Amino acid sequence: MALTADRGWQFVKPSVIPGFGITFGLALTYLTLIVLIPLGGLALSSASLGAAQFWALASDPRTVDALWTSFGSSFIAACINIVFGLIVAWVLVRYEFPGRRLLDAAVDLPFALPTAVAGIALSALYAPKGWIGEPLSHLGIKVAYTPSGIVVALIFIGLPFIVRTVQPVLEEFEQETEEAAATLGANRLQTITMVILPRLLPAILTGFALAFARAVGEYGSVIFIASNIPYKSEIAPLLIIIRLQEFNQPAAAAVGMVMLILAFAMLLVINLLQAWSRRRFSGN
Amino acid sequence: MATDQLAVRTTLAPSLPRSAAPNGGISPTSERPWVKWTLIAIAVAFLAGTLLLPLVTVFLQAFLKGPGVVWDALTDPDGVAAIKLTLLVAVIAVPANLIFGVCAAWAIAKFEFWGKAFLITLIDLPFSVSPVISGMIYVILFGSSSLLYPWLQSVNLQITFAVPGIVLATIFVTFPFVARELIPLMEDQGTGDEEAAISLGANGLQTFWYVTLPNIRWGLLYGVLLCNARAMGEFGAVSVISGHIRGVTNTMPLHIEILYDSYNFAGAFAMASLLALLALVTLVLKTFLEFRFGDELAATRRH
Repeated sequence: MALTADRGWQFVKPSVIPGFGITFGLALTYLTLIVLIPLGGLALSSASLGAAQFWALASDPRTVDALWTSFGSSFIAACINIVFGLIVAWVLVRYEFPGRRLLDAAVDLPFALPTAVAGIALSALYAPKGWIGEPLSHLGIKVAYTPSGIVVALIFIGLPFIVRTVQPVLEEFEQETEEAAATLGANRLQTITMVILPRLLPAILTGFALAFARAVGEYGSVIFIASNIPYKSEIAPLLIIIRLQEFNQPAAAAVGMVMLILAFAMLLVINLLQAWSRRRFSGN
Repeated sequence: MATDQLAVRTTLAPSLPRSAAPNGGISPTSERPWVKWTLIAIAVAFLAGTLLLPLVTVFLQAFLKGPGVVWDALTDPDGVAAIKLTLLVAVIAVPANLIFGVCAAWAIAKFEFWGKAFLITLIDLPFSVSPVISGMIYVILFGSSSLLYPWLQSVNLQITFAVPGIVLATIFVTFPFVARELIPLMEDQGTGDEEAAISLGANGLQTFWYVTLPNIRWGLLYGVLLCNARAMGEFGAVSVISGHIRGVTNTMPLHIEILYDSYNFAGAFAMASLLALLALVTLVLKTFLEFRFGDELAATRRH
């Protein structure tokens, strides 16, 4: 201890284990080449546009509408997923019933199923002649090839994030807390809404943030089920691809940069909310 | 002590009349049966509708017109080329990320150094970037309007709209899988085993091979499994950079899009059923690993 203190500031704490130099060096080089330089290139190419031109491209009505569609449908989908994700997590943790293990494993399907496969499957299901689309069309509801189709695809993509973040917290929840609430005269509904849910809030917010972030950038599953009409059901990632196909790289870079900035800003807000809820409700 | 308490409980419990509970025999920490079964019904219906139905649809749509159509779609020259390209991309991208993941996890988990948390954040970065942006950054870097383009032309190296670009974009989107699985796992295991091996005279490689690797093998397999599933199924990032040249730069997901857009639904779903099968195998292996080697996998995972 005294020895290390004498050496003053050190980048790495001395250890008998070898290989720090080579593994750290390799990892950092690879990270720089694959992630940092390409992302830096995007930042640089939007910066080289200049503020006025960047703003002109970013505030273009088609860009604004595409961003609005992406962020709006992602928000709606994540909210719907909170409700059903909580029910699914609750049922999987608290109840024993035939097929529970199978359902538990099935929750991860959106992580494993390629987005293009999910996209064509959802679009076939919700098309006017599909299994779900046909009954809905008798009720006068159209899902495929409308903006609500986007939400359906994003619900599929986001569900596991909510379930998998809430599940472990619910599993570790001590029975004593609920017993105490019951002893003090709370009925079951009060115990759930006033004792259990507040404790789950940080996990719910994390799941919401992850599902939302994933949904904003989602492309594969959405384009098949949305009609992709500019100003109506065109998502921001699709607009990037269209701009690139038009060889309008500055516009594509600008849309991408705005998406990154907005996504990071929203994640920051959610992180702050999460820190607040953790202080307020879970006491650690 | 513990057994005494248990004995008291078991002798007390039967002596309490069931009606003594204030709400008719239901424990205060569980719900009424009708609430319970309603919730189960909602969860089952929701999961069946949003997850299982799409999966069933893929296989049904593929085999609707008989297995012959599926066979034709998979043995069509463009289809075969797409399958080959997808395998090639995975064979390059997965080992590259595997080597990186092991190196990064070794440096991060076995050593204390300055800026560690920041490095972990950077490793996670590709997960928060849209796949389309992941493809676009390589188009900007290597495409026809980039500063590198004249030089790439002079050495006759085509990156965008060619296989190298597809591989790079796939590496980017699957970048964190192995590392983020191994880092928490190796941090949990600490450095005691490795220090013991070194003090007994093993060199660095021997320590890794005989001590660390057996400890992390299932976690490593878990990370590789997820990395591979994503590498073979990636659509957005690859779509931006591939140029969609049939039979040359089309991966399986891109080939699905082309078939679907040309109204060859049976063909599209045939190709899709192959990828869905891969997803199912991944899920089964993943569930098995969690069930059998749960303690040897990292405690926290989101992907």
